[in-house]
Order: sequence, then C-alpha cells, then structure tokens
Amino acid sequence: MSTNSARRTALYDWHVAHGARMVDFAGWEMPLNYGSQLAEHEAVRQAAGLFDVSHMRPLDLSGPDVRELLRYALANDVAKLDAVPGKALYSTMLQGNGGIIDDLIVYHRGNGRYRIVLNAGGAEVDTAHLQALVDARGWRVALGKRPDLGILAVQGPTARALAATVLGMPALVELPVFHALEQGDFFVGRTGYTGEDGVEIIAANTLLPGLADRLITAGARPAGLAARDSLRLEAGLDLYGQDMTTAVSPYASNLAWTVDLRAAERNFLGRAALAAQSATGGGAKLIGLAMREGIPRHGYVVEDAAGQPCGVVTSGIFSPSLQCGIALARVDAALEPGAVCAVVVRGVRRPALVVKPPFWRKGVATFSFPEEYAA
Amino acid sequence: MSKIPETLRYSDTHEWVEDLGGGRYRVGITDHAQELLGDLVYVEVPEVGKAIRGGEVCGVLESVKAAADLYAPVNGTVLERNDGLGDNPQWLNEDPYGQGWMMVVEADAVACAGLLDAVAYGKLAES
Repeated sequence: MSTNSARRTALYDWHVAHGARMVDFAGWEMPLNYGSQLAEHEAVRQAAGLFDVSHMRPLDLSGPDVRELLRYALANDVAKLDAVPGKALYSTMLQGNGGIIDDLIVYHRGNGRYRIVLNAGGAEVDTAHLQALVDARGWRVALGKRPDLGILAVQGPTARALAATVLGMPALVELPVFHALEQGDFFVGRTGYTGEDGVEIIAANTLLPGLADRLITAGARPAGLAARDSLRLEAGLDLYGQDMTTAVSPYASNLAWTVDLRAAERNFLGRAALAAQSATGGGAKLIGLAMREGIPRHGYVVEDAAGQPCGVVTSGIFSPSLQCGIALARVDAALEPGAVCAVVVRGVRRPALVVKPPFWRKGVATFSFPEEYAA
Repeated sequence: MSKIPETLRYSDTHEWVEDLGGGRYRVGITDHAQELLGDLVYVEVPEVGKAIRGGEVCGVLESVKAAADLYAPVNGTVLERNDGLGDNPQWLNEDPYGQGWMMVVEADAVACAGLLDAVAYGKLAES
C-alpha cells in the first residue's frame, strides 16, 4: 500500500509503536487509524485526540514586501492581521481565473514575518507559485521552507487545557480562537480541522515524539487520518483536492467568506475573475446533504426534486456523531437549506436533506430531518 | 498481523469459507478485509434463496470511510444469513470469523476445495 518513495514524518516510528495502520497520503506515510476510527472520532468529540499533521508544511516568509505579496496572492486580506501579532487567517490562494490553488492558514508573527501552513499535496507547487510572484514583481521577500519542523494537532473539548499543562504554557487557556502563541520551542495556534476546540503545535521534529508521549500520558488519544476526515466533514470543512480544486472558485466551494473584497484597491490574483462570476450570478454551489437512508459517497449523482441530475457528491461518509449519511455536494440547482433532493445510491434514488454546513457544532446536530422527507 | 485460521478456505476477494458438511458452507469476510475497510457501519447480505455466482458482487459493505462490494466466493444458493449484522455491523470488525459470519450457502464441494488455503491467502494478503 505504501511505496518506498513516500516520506515519513518524525513520528513514523511512534505511530508504528502505537499500532497505527499506515497509508500513503499525498506522498507521505501517515496513520489511517490506531485500531478504530470510530473510537478516535469519539475521543475528539468527548475529550482530546492527538493527530500528527506533519505532512502539512510550514513556510516562513519575511522581508519588506511580504505583506504586499500576501495581499496579492491570497483571496483573504492579511491586513486583518496587522493590529495583532499572533493572529491567524484562513484563506484560499487563487489562480488568475479564480480556481483554487490551495487553502491555508497564515499567521502574522510581527516585524514583517509571516508563517503559512500548506497542504501536503500542494506545498511544493504553492511555494513555487509564490516564488514566481516574488520574482516577477521584484518583491523583496524571502521564502523559507521548514523541513526541520513538524506539527501536532490536539483537538477536543479538553485539548487546550491539556496542551497548556503539557507545554507549560498557561497562557493557552486565554488564547483567542485563530491566534497563535510562541514560547521557547513551541509555536501554538488555536486552530484545527475537527470542529472542536484545540491547538496545533509547530515544533522541531526532534521534539515531537517526546511531546506526543507527554500528550498521550496527559490523556489525549492518538487519532488518524480517517477520524480526521469524518470529523472535518461533520464540521462542514472542505478538503482540498476533493471539495475544491483549481477547477472551481471559492464561490463554488462554500468559501465566499474567505474572499475579502472590501479594500477596492487590493487587486488580488483572481479578483477580476471572481467579480465576473458575481456579476453573472448563479453558478455551481457547494452544499451540505444529510441522508437517513443510504450513505453518500464521492462521485454519487445528486438529483433535484424533479429527478433531474443537478450535481455530484464531493465528500460523503457515514457520520459517527450524527449516525446518518452526510455529504458535501457541488450542484448547479438552487437548493436552499431545508429543501429535499436526492442522491443516487447504487441505482436507487434516496432522499437527501439540504443542510447549511456544519452538520455538527458544539456537541449537537445543526439540523433535524423533517417529517415529510421523501424523494 | 491479521488472523488467518488454517481450517478455512479463502477467495482472492477476501472472503472466507468454512465447510459445515453436507454441501453447506459458512461465508464471511477475512480479518484482513475488515482491517482494510475500517469501522463497518452498513452491510447488505443477499437474501435467503438467492443464487450467487463466484467472483460476482452479491452484497455491500460500507465503512465510515468507504463503500465496498461483497463478492461471492463460489457459485451457490443462500440458505441462511446473519440478520444480526443489520443492526450490528461492528461484528465484522470485532469477530470476523465468528459472530460476524455473513451467510451459509449450498455450494459445490469441488469448487470450495479449489479456493486458497491459509498459506496461499496469507501471501495474497501480504502482497
């Protein structure tokens, strides 16, 4: 299943020692689960899970023109980070035609320094893209890849308090959402990909196995990519390469909120294409679907109430927390939350309720199935 | 390492077959198969009386993450099925050779004898 060319994180031996089933993911050998995806999923919803996300790659940017570069390269506006060093921002990075190159989190570290965390699959391409922009504009920006660093995510209702104790960083208890704190060897952001509270800890590779041990001893349960996927989908979060690609814009990916058009003079890459999309209106949308019967899967066809094909499922699972099928689907029809459409499951048309993502938030479902529910 | 009992026969599509005598065979999925699929949440086993054909799809296995086809290991007719799996798909993970059995079929002894033995299946599962 894994190939010799796959890269290993600093925690590879740690995963194997903890009984992980390893799989190839975006060129990295990563833990799929440590026995049970469901138990790991539940641990994150109830207490705390520990994820190795070192396949995601930090990129450090500095130099007098770095703010200008990021205001051009990102659809969201890093000017929002000016006032508070340590603040973080989620953004998409777009092609000129509005297609999504990648999604990322950017942290402002003060003194003209920024840190971006890129997806495993896109890190090389993204870095080359940013370097090309720098070269073309003659901007004075240094891009620093950080192969010496890895990332641990601790996620769940008890995760932040647990991390504060283990790291000896009591200030984490007061850290606002989407802010980072740097102390000694640790760069800790209150961010995540599970819909729960928690932190992502960036630290030297050499420190990670020992840190993972201490987090486990303190009560975090090792959790793999499988649980990460079911958690993120319940939280209504897109996965790059599946729910969004270079073929679609943020508007077609439920990510309009990451596009900041307020500064009229900020002519970021992709802006003109997005403006043209807005002017014509309509276009594809990414919606949430919930199903009482049948489990929606990537690639399944979505039909409107009249039985006409109108889209396709981009991510679908059986939701462990909700105990029903949930999906993100890209559709061309105007399907508003509360409407009932259908997903074709192995040739059978199954009713699907349109839900505004997330599906699950703060321990409860965000929707309920109506009594009249049939396709 | 996944468990591969020596007393069973195996298909290359990861089902096990247990000889119950009298041309009756119990069928399930292997420990290796359940490990690959992850936590199972939905199972569809063919109904009693249905004819199944070796190597062809006869049911559905769905885990949290993925949907997979259930293949018939040999030609036969379904005599019994494990109806408890409908509400307890986790039996396939917890006890794939016991409580997680899927069906009993009437099948041809020669065809069943031609399936893989534990050693041959072990090599297949490792590859």
